[in-house]
Amino acid sequence: MAGSLSRRVVLGVYALLIIVPLLVVLTGSFKTSKELFDSPMGLPSSLSPKNYSAVLTDASMATAFVNSAVVTVTAVVLTLAVGSLAAYGLARIPGWKGALVYGFLVLGMAVPAQSNMIPQYVLFQSLGLLDSRIGLVLIEIVATLPVAVFIMTGFMRTLPKELFEAGSIDGAGPWRTYRSIALPVSMPSLAATAIFLFVIQWNDLLYPLLFIHDPAKVTLPLALLNFQGEFLTNYPLLFTGVIVASTPLVVTYVFLQRYFVAGMTAGSVKG
Amino acid sequence: MTLTTQRGQVGASAAARPSAGGRRRSPTRVHPALWLFPLPALALYAVFFAGPTLQAFQYSVTDWDGFSAAYQNVGLKNFTTIATSDDLFRGALTNNLEFLLVVVIAQTLLSLVLALLLQRNSRSSTTLRALFFLPAILSSVSVAFVWKFMYDPNFGLINQALGAVGLDGLKSSFLGDDTKAIYWVAIAQVWAHAGQLMVIYIAGLQQIPEELYESASLDGASQWQRFRYVTWPMVAPTTAIVVAYTTIQSFKAFDLILGLGGNPPKGSLDILSTRIYTTFTNSKFGYAAAESVVFMVIIALVSWLQRRAVRLTQHGV
Repeated sequence: MAGSLSRRVVLGVYALLIIVPLLVVLTGSFKTSKELFDSPMGLPSSLSPKNYSAVLTDASMATAFVNSAVVTVTAVVLTLAVGSLAAYGLARIPGWKGALVYGFLVLGMAVPAQSNMIPQYVLFQSLGLLDSRIGLVLIEIVATLPVAVFIMTGFMRTLPKELFEAGSIDGAGPWRTYRSIALPVSMPSLAATAIFLFVIQWNDLLYPLLFIHDPAKVTLPLALLNFQGEFLTNYPLLFTGVIVASTPLVVTYVFLQRYFVAGMTAGSVKG
Repeated sequence: MTLTTQRGQVGASAAARPSAGGRRRSPTRVHPALWLFPLPALALYAVFFAGPTLQAFQYSVTDWDGFSAAYQNVGLKNFTTIATSDDLFRGALTNNLEFLLVVVIAQTLLSLVLALLLQRNSRSSTTLRALFFLPAILSSVSVAFVWKFMYDPNFGLINQALGAVGLDGLKSSFLGDDTKAIYWVAIAQVWAHAGQLMVIYIAGLQQIPEELYESASLDGASQWQRFRYVTWPMVAPTTAIVVAYTTIQSFKAFDLILGLGGNPPKGSLDILSTRIYTTFTNSKFGYAAAESVVFMVIIALVSWLQRRAVRLTQHGV
C-alpha cells in the first residue's frame, strides 16, 4: 500500500538500520581495535578466532555461559511445571474462589522487580541463597511465575470443558486428566511460554547483579556488564561477548521463530 | 500461520480476564483435588514474592542500612525527603518521564507504520517481519553495547558516517551531551523493540474486516480517509495495548541504562529503577524501599491515567 516505491524505500531503510549495526558487531568480533576504527563496515582481514579465545578463556565467558545454560534451563522447566499445574487447576475451578486465587497470582505482573528486590535480597541472604545458582533459579521462577500463569491459564480456559469432563466420566482423576489430556493438547502454548521464559531468564541482568558476587557463578549478561569496566573501549572484545551471549537465542530463533513471536506477544499483552 | 496462533492467544487472554461470575457452572462438582494444583505456585509466590512486596512497605518507614541489627522507625520521613529535597530522585524521575514520552510516541508510530506496510502475508513481508523482530530477543546489555559503538564520539559508526559524507557539522558527542543523552538511549530502546510491537499491530490490523475498506472505497474515501476513519478507530484497542506495554517497558529499561550509562549510571542517564538500585547498593535499604514504593505508585498512576485517556478517546471522538 501507500505507493509501492515509497513503501520499498521505508522498508529498505529500516532493514538497513537493523542489519548494519548487527553486521558491524559480527564482523567486528573478528577485527582488531585498529581495524574496526579504520573501517567499521569493512570485512575483517582474517577470520582469526583470537577475540573469541580471549573472551572465553581470559575473561571467563565460558564459565558464564555454562552458568547461564544451567540456570536458565532449570528455571524454565520448573516455571513451566509449577505454572502449568496452577493454570490447569485455575482453569477448571469455577466461581469466585478460583478467580480470587488467579487474580492474586497475576497481580504480581503489576509489581515492578525493583519494588520487592530489597526484601527479597534480605530473605535470600537469611536463607544462604546469595551467590548460589539454586537461589538464582528460585528467584527467576518466582519473578516470572505471574506472567507464566497468566499466559497458560488464558490458554487452558479456551479448551472445551467437554475435554476434561470426558476424562472424569472415564474415571480419570484430575492428575491423570492433567497429564494425559491437558498437557498434550497445550503443547503449542507451553512451547510459546517456554520460549518467552527462555528469552527473559537468559537475558536477565537484575537478579544476577543483585545476588551474585562470586566470579565463578556469574551469568552472561552480568559477565558482559562487567566487561564494560574491564575493557572500556575495546569494542572487538565487547562485540565478541555480545555474539557469544546472543548465539543460543538467535539460533533458536531461526528455527522456532513462530514460537518466539507467539510467546513474546502473549507475554506483552499483559499490560 | 504465525499470526493465527498468536491472535488466538491474544484473544484468549483478553477473554479470560473478566470476572468469573458469568461463566457457566460445570454440572459436575469441583473435584477437591483440583485445589492441590495451584498450591506449589501459591506457596512460592506467597513466600518469595507477595511477602517481600508487603515488606517493602514495612522497610520504607525505617532508616535500616541492611546490616545493623537495630534500626529506627522514622515514620514518613523517607517519603517527605523524596518529595521535597532529593535532587537525585527528582532527576531520575524527570529523565524517566522524558524517556517514556519519546519511546511511547516514537515506538508506537514506527511500529504502526511498519505494521501497515507489512500487514499482508507475502513471502517478503514474512522475512522482513522476522528481521525487524530480531533485536527484541537480544539482551538489553547486548543492545547497549551495539549502540555504545554507534554513539562513540571518536570511533563510532554514526560520526564516522557523517564525516564520510561531509556532514561534520552534524557530528555529536551523543551520550556525552548531558542535555540529550537520555533521548539517544530512547532511540536504542525503540530500535530494540519496535519490531516486537509491530507484530502486535499486524495481528490487530488483520482482524479488521475487509468489507469496511471495500465500502469506504465505494464511498470514494481517499487512502488517508480510509486510514483515519477505518484503520485508526478499528485498531484503537491494539494501540491501547501497545502504549501500555511500551510504558511498562520504559520504566523497566534498567539493563539498557546500566549498559550505556555505566554502573552506577551518570546523572543524565539515571532513571527510577537504576536510582533505586544505586540507593540500595549504597546500603540505604530503608530509603531505597521508600523509593521503590513511590516507584510502584508512579507506575500504577501512569497506567491508570492511560486507561482513562484511552476510554475517553474511545467514547468522546
